[in-house]
Amino acid sequence: MFHHLMAKPWVTAQGKVDDLYAGGASSALAKKLALKVFLAVVAVLFFLLVTAYGSRMAYEDWRPTPQVNLLWANTLVLILSSVALQWAQYSVRRGRMDAMRVGLLAAGAFTVVFLFGQILAWRQLGTMVYFDIRNPAIGFFYLITGVHGLHLVGGLVAWGRTAAKVWGDFDVAKIRQSVELCTTYWHFLLLVWLVLFGLLFTGDNLDILLKICGIR
Amino acid sequence: MDYVAHDASDFAPPAEVGEMELYHPKTFIGKYIWSQDAKVIAIQYAITAIGIGLVALVLSWLMRLQLAYPNSFSFIDPSSYLQFVTMHGMIMVIYLLTALFLGGFGNYLIPLMVGARDMVFPYVNMVSYWVYLTAVLLLVASFFVPGGPSGAGWTLYPPQAILQGTPGATWGIILMLVSLAFFIIGFTMGGLNYVVTVLQARTRGMTMMRLPLTVWGIFTATVLALLAFPALLVSAIMMLFDVLLGTSFFMPAIVSMGQQLDYAGGSPVLFQHLFWFFGHPEVYIVALPAFGIVSDLISVHARKNIFGYRMMVWAIVIIGGLSFIVWAHHMYVSGMNPYFGFFFATTTLIIAVPTALKVYNWVLTLWRGNIQLTVPMYFAIGFIFTFINGGLTGLFLGNVTVDVPLSDTMFVVAHFHMVMAIAPILVVFGAIYHWYPPRSGRMLNDTLGKFHFWVTFVGSYAIYYPMHYLGFAGVPRRYYAIGGTNFIPESAQALNASITIAALIVGVVQVVFLYNLVWSYFKGKPSGSNPWGATTLEWQTADTPPKHGNFGKSLPVVYRWAYDYSVPGAKDDFIPQNVPPRDVIPSSSKT
Repeated sequence: MFHHLMAKPWVTAQGKVDDLYAGGASSALAKKLALKVFLAVVAVLFFLLVTAYGSRMAYEDWRPTPQVNLLWANTLVLILSSVALQWAQYSVRRGRMDAMRVGLLAAGAFTVVFLFGQILAWRQLGTMVYFDIRNPAIGFFYLITGVHGLHLVGGLVAWGRTAAKVWGDFDVAKIRQSVELCTTYWHFLLLVWLVLFGLLFTGDNLDILLKICGIR
Repeated sequence: MDYVAHDASDFAPPAEVGEMELYHPKTFIGKYIWSQDAKVIAIQYAITAIGIGLVALVLSWLMRLQLAYPNSFSFIDPSSYLQFVTMHGMIMVIYLLTALFLGGFGNYLIPLMVGARDMVFPYVNMVSYWVYLTAVLLLVASFFVPGGPSGAGWTLYPPQAILQGTPGATWGIILMLVSLAFFIIGFTMGGLNYVVTVLQARTRGMTMMRLPLTVWGIFTATVLALLAFPALLVSAIMMLFDVLLGTSFFMPAIVSMGQQLDYAGGSPVLFQHLFWFFGHPEVYIVALPAFGIVSDLISVHARKNIFGYRMMVWAIVIIGGLSFIVWAHHMYVSGMNPYFGFFFATTTLIIAVPTALKVYNWVLTLWRGNIQLTVPMYFAIGFIFTFINGGLTGLFLGNVTVDVPLSDTMFVVAHFHMVMAIAPILVVFGAIYHWYPPRSGRMLNDTLGKFHFWVTFVGSYAIYYPMHYLGFAGVPRRYYAIGGTNFIPESAQALNASITIAALIVGVVQVVFLYNLVWSYFKGKPSGSNPWGATTLEWQTADTPPKHGNFGKSLPVVYRWAYDYSVPGAKDDFIPQNVPPRDVIPSSSKT
C-alpha cells in the first residue's frame, strides 16, 4: 500500500507503469478478500469486548467469573472441528472427495456439539451459588460466549450450503473454494476462542497481564 | 505535451479473468424493488435517507419553535422536546448522512468510477439496503409505541437512558438499540462490498492512485466505518442486556425515584468510551466522502487538476488513522484523568494538520483556475467557508480548559452543526447538482439551484453564527426552557427567535430543491452525456443514464489519472481517463 501511495500518477513514466495494471478480479479472489475484511471487523468486535472486560476489571469491586470446567471440553471439541475442516481442505486439494466429505461433516458435527456444550456451560453457571447477573464478569461471560457462538452459527449456514453441494456432481473448484473459506473462518473463530478462554474464562490471566502492564 | 501523450503505444494487457456474471432482472419488482443493480440500490438508499432526514428536519423545527416561543405550543412538553433532540441527532448523523454518503453515493459512484459493471456481491448489496430499511422502520416505530421514542440524547448515555423518568425508557430505547444493531449489520454487508469492489474490481489501467478522490474518500470512510461501528454494536448490545436481562455493564448501584434499583457495579464511563470510539470516527465517516466529492467538484468546475493529489490521498488516510485516537475529547467533562485529557487534546490538534492541508489544496486548486460559477461550484465554495468556520471552533473545543466551560452550551451545538451538518450537506447538494445529469439525462434548473444555494448558505449562517454567542453567554444545550436565569441576558431570547425564523426559512427552501429534482426529471434541459466536461469514467458510459452493466459491451480502459484538465498542448480543456494518448487532439489541430 505504501508503494502505491508513493506513485505520481500525473508523471509520464508512472503512466507507463500504470497502463500495465490488468484490472479486474476473479470472484474467488473477491470472496477471499471479503472474508479477510470481515474477519478484521470481527477481530475488532472481540478486541473491543476484551478491552471493555479489562477496563471494567480495573475497578476495585471486580468479582471474577466462577470457573466452568466444561469449557475445557468445549475447547477441545472446537479444536477438533477446526482440525476436521483442515482435513477436508487437505483432501479437496488432493482430489480425495470422500475424505473431504468426512472432514466436512465431522467439522459440522463437532461445531454443533461445541454450541450445545456452551449452552450447557451457561446453565451450569446459572445454577452456581456465585451466580449474580448483576456481576459484570458474569454478564460479560454470557455476552462474549453468545457473540462467539452466533458467529459460529453464521458459519454453520455457509457450512450447510457447502455440505449440501458435495453430493452427486459438483464443480470441484467451487467446492474447494467454499471449503477453504470455511476453514479460514473456523480457524479464525478457534483462535478468537482460545484468546477469550485463555484470557478471560480460565485462571487470572488477564489480571496478570493488566498487572504486568501496570493498569491494575 | 509531455502530459498529453506519454509514449506508451497504448498497450493494455488482456484482463486476467473474464467479466463478472451480471444478474438480469426479468420483472419490474426484480428491477426496481428487489434490485441487485448498485445504481438502483443507490437511489433506494438516497430516497430512504432523505425521507427519514426530512422527518428529522421537522423535529428540528419543533425544537426551534419551543426555544424561540417557550410555552406557546401545547404539543411540546419537556419530554417530547428531549425526544425531538434525540431522534433529530441520531437520524441526521446515522440514518441520513452515513447512509446517504456511503449507501447512496458509494453505491452509485464506486462501480462507475472504478470502471466496474456492478458491486462484486450484488445480492449482498441488495440485502444490505433491506436491512437498512428495516433499521429505519424500527426507529420510526418507536414514535408509535407506549412512551414514545427515547429522549436520552443522541449519545444515549446510561444510566439515565434506561431509567424511568427519561422519556422512552421502556420501548423507545429498546427499539433504538435494536434499530442501531440492524443498521450496523446492514452497513457491514454494504461496506464489505464497497471495499472489495474498490480493491478488486477496478478496470484495466485504473491503479489506486488513478482513482478520483471521491472514491478515495468513500473507500477510506468505509474502512473507518467497518472498524468503528463494532464499538457501537457492542455498546448497544450491552445496554440491551442491561435493559432486558438485568445485567450491570453500565448501570451502577443507583437510587431512582426513591427506590434502590436492582443494579450494581456497572460503569457508565465505559459506555462513553465505547460510544465515542465509534462516535469520533463517525465524524470522519461523514467528512471523508464529503472531502473527496468536493475535491472533484472543485477540480471539474475550476477546469484545473486538483492541487497536490498525492497529499490529498495521504491526508485522507492520515485523518482516517488519527480519527481513532481522539475519541475522548468528547469526554473532557466526564472526570477523566487530566493526563488523558492532555493526550487527547494533543492528538485532536494534530488532526488539524492534514485537515488544513486539504483546505489549502482546495483553495490552491481554485487559484488561477478557470472557475465556472455553476451551482455545484457554489456549493463547493460554500463548503470550504463553512468547514473552515466549523474547524476553527473545533480548535477551541479541542483544548480541555476551553472545552470545560463551553461543553454543555449552545457553542458546541453551533460548532458541530457547522462542521458536521451544514458542511457535509452543502457537499450533498453540490454532488446532487453535479451528478444529476448522468442519473437522469437532464440538467437541474440553474436559477432554482442558485436560489436554493443562497438561501441555504446565508440562512445557515443566520442560524449558527448567533448560536456561538448564545454559547459564550452560557445558554445551555438540551434545555427545554431556560427559565429565569440571571446570567443570561434577555436579548438571548430575541436571538433565539431570529435563529428559529432563519431555520424555518432554510427548511422551507428545501421544498424548492425537491421541486427542482422532480420538475427537472421531466422538463429539465437535456444534458447530453458529459455536460460539465468531466474526465472520470461515470461520464464516459455508452448510455445516459448508464444501463445495467454500466459500460455497454466492453469495459473502459484507463490511460491517465482523473485530473487532466486544461492540459498544455491539448485542444480540449479536459481529457477523459479512457482516452488513449493517440486519440488526444493537440491544440494545433484544426478539427
